[in-house]
Amino acid sequence: MAATTSTFHKEVEMVKPTRQRVMGILFILAGVAIWFLFIRGVAPGTLTKFGMTPGGMQATIPDMILPSLPTLYFLSAMCIALGAAQLIRKGGFRKSTNIVLGAVAGMFIFGFLTYGAAGKSLNLAGLLNVSLSKAVPLTLGALSGILSERAGVVNIAIEGMMLSAAMTSCMAASITDNLWIGVLVGVLTGALYGVVHGVLSIKYKVNQIISGTAINIFSTGITSYISAKFLQHFESLNQSGTFPAYPVPVLSKIPFIGPIFFNHNMYVYAMYIFLVVLTVALFKTKWGLRLRSVGEHPKAADTLGINVFKTRYMAVILGAMMAGFAGSYFTLGSVGRFDEVMTAGRGFIALAAMIFGNWMPFGAFGAGILFGFTDAVASKLAILQLHIPSQFLLMAPYIVTMIVLAGVVGRSQMPAADGTPYEKEGD
Amino acid sequence: MSDDKLSNVPEEEAQKAPKPEKQDAGKIFLEEVTAGPPKHLPRWRRTLQSILVPLLAIFLGLVCGGIIIILTSASVWAAFQVSIMAGLKESWNVVATAYSALFVGAFGRPGDLIKAISSGNPKLINLAIYPFTDGLVAATPYIFAGLSVALGFRAGVFNIGAEGQLFLGAIFAAFVGYSLKGLPWFIHMPIAFLAGAVGGGLWGFIPGWLKAKTGAHEVINTIMMNYIAFRLSDWLLTGPMKRPDSFNPVSPTIEPSAALPKFFGDPVRLHLGFIIALLVAWLVSWYLFKTKWGFDLRTAGTNPRAARYAGMSVAMQIMLGMTLAGALAGMAGGNEVLGVNHNLAMAFSSGYGFDAIAIALLGNSSPFGVVLASLLFGFLRSGATNMMLKTGIPNDIVSVVQAFILVFIAAPAITRTIFRLKQPAKGEEVVLVTSWGGK
Repeated sequence: MAATTSTFHKEVEMVKPTRQRVMGILFILAGVAIWFLFIRGVAPGTLTKFGMTPGGMQATIPDMILPSLPTLYFLSAMCIALGAAQLIRKGGFRKSTNIVLGAVAGMFIFGFLTYGAAGKSLNLAGLLNVSLSKAVPLTLGALSGILSERAGVVNIAIEGMMLSAAMTSCMAASITDNLWIGVLVGVLTGALYGVVHGVLSIKYKVNQIISGTAINIFSTGITSYISAKFLQHFESLNQSGTFPAYPVPVLSKIPFIGPIFFNHNMYVYAMYIFLVVLTVALFKTKWGLRLRSVGEHPKAADTLGINVFKTRYMAVILGAMMAGFAGSYFTLGSVGRFDEVMTAGRGFIALAAMIFGNWMPFGAFGAGILFGFTDAVASKLAILQLHIPSQFLLMAPYIVTMIVLAGVVGRSQMPAADGTPYEKEGD
Repeated sequence: MSDDKLSNVPEEEAQKAPKPEKQDAGKIFLEEVTAGPPKHLPRWRRTLQSILVPLLAIFLGLVCGGIIIILTSASVWAAFQVSIMAGLKESWNVVATAYSALFVGAFGRPGDLIKAISSGNPKLINLAIYPFTDGLVAATPYIFAGLSVALGFRAGVFNIGAEGQLFLGAIFAAFVGYSLKGLPWFIHMPIAFLAGAVGGGLWGFIPGWLKAKTGAHEVINTIMMNYIAFRLSDWLLTGPMKRPDSFNPVSPTIEPSAALPKFFGDPVRLHLGFIIALLVAWLVSWYLFKTKWGFDLRTAGTNPRAARYAGMSVAMQIMLGMTLAGALAGMAGGNEVLGVNHNLAMAFSSGYGFDAIAIALLGNSSPFGVVLASLLFGFLRSGATNMMLKTGIPNDIVSVVQAFILVFIAAPAITRTIFRLKQPAKGEEVVLVTSWGGK
């Protein structure tokens, strides 16, 4: 399969002009879609009211009231203009094509919200605030995947690691009455799974996907088992409480942005820190260079004296600890109790976010926010009285990941040796 | 890792001086891995060796499950506080009760069966054979789904999306089952069943096509397709396919003409699906090993370069392999709807698609092995219900046991180390999959 894959890669990369055209057409289609889907459904003269402060907070800026139709006309025209520019200009927007794509996607979403809330009001700030909360486990899970996949070990067990860590952290926090001990236990649970995944896939060279699947099955089984046997009978084991929201002193006072980004509990701030630390560590330090070299070309790394096995173990275990931390969010950062299979596939959306974000921390964060946003909008659909089934919005993360993976709107680049066990050559 | 130093130990020397109690486990393990292929063994011994690892994996899986049962049993902890002997005795008691309840739940009591047959009362006979037949009912979807993953392995693709394909199969089968009315059973039932295969095949074709055309890895795509399938069925069951008079997300009941016929009276649920499953297993075996198409598929799966050199289209085989795998998983969904539930509800699958990976590996990706592994998993599942009723041990322990079996089977070297078995001859172990990066 090696040959097929690489030739396909080449084909896709060679047809750059086609990609430019596809993008241009896509932008125009977005504009046309705004016209047909949204503009025709809005009566003239209606207003859309966007709330600019999340609920339960002192309003610092007034609500934004937009005339629905002119706004939509403007958005539609902008999309079509960008598309036309992309097609007419030689080479389109070149390197900034992806930024333009993001802008068009943003305008389309804004158009959708304007249409949905026409004649009503929608708390935009609240929506974004919820999106960010929902993005936390996805982003942290994706960071876990990035750590281990950048070193060449595929981890599809993020789901299982998060689920077990959610349970153990909740139990530990309930017993000790200390949330931080809960977090610690969650991280250690992750580390334990990391050791198992590492030993199986690095030492014993078990297929990494099988090892991950085994961990997922095990984790679902053991958490449901313990939940049915203990947690449902002893409620005191399952009352951890949650971390309180802590507004950052100065930053949370910034109008609009402050309440959205800086009025959350510990997990969101930890996520910011991890994002920065990981980006710097992976791309600016010797440690990160070594880790990535092991994921791209282990043999070359080995020749240069880097211990491939050790590096991979470290990456897998650190990644698993991150997954454990992400798992503790479900109980300690969100609802304060454990329920069977409460992660509900979020580990796989985290995997999708990692791919969508092109194996980059901030890319994964962007993807996490986008996926969290679709989740948040899906729960608002009923309130907006839009007759779009929420399930279709919830499908969106998976579909866009498949599209990105197929290389239609841009190819994601996975580490070259991702998923290949390293065999030291016999001497 | 100290491979380098240890692998220098001459093989003959290691074999001549078998002092297992003096060697440490790591050394034994390395020996197991590095030992050369055995000399020309008679065929039966090689066969024995190839089934020994699965058997030992099952045994170890059950042992690990037993350890977890012991560790989570309050009475054991209490007994250990009295004395160590009492604790050990209680541990044995707990596990023995649990596993014998599991066994009785899976196979029934032979005594009851003899009594029932001698009394000649059909009702009693049905009651006596109920546990055994229910194990077969539980094994049926495993056979289809296991074949799906196994066929994928043979074609060199990792079908982790059997669960989603199963949902699509169930949706299609249920739709044909309740919407077509007035057909005779011998037309309606096959159409409904095949509709399931078509639904699953469609869901398998998409990632296969994407892989062949763009190189996008099928593992990621099938995972994504799983969740798309869950959302899709969620939508259908709360919207278009919802039973009009029900508040629950359930589809209408299928027409009696679409249902797979049952062999016995109530409560025995054994239905035609089990026979179809066996037939399909035979068909897959015939296709893989007796036809030119199967040869192409396997060659493309194990050695794509050679296949391309021989003029086969690997891309075509990938698409075909994924589509067939999807169709098989779709049959599992159709089987559940038409044979067991007679409607489609959200929670109709208890992760068959994921367990199927363990089954395909346990069966060494051969259809016959898949049938055996499915029977094991089916009996484990059906027996666990009885265990939960009798001993209060949650039936989720079966998933734990399955995960352990999967680990031990996937890492035969570990199992062999523990039991100091010799590695089977090269070429006997199926090349499972090419890895993530496609290398």
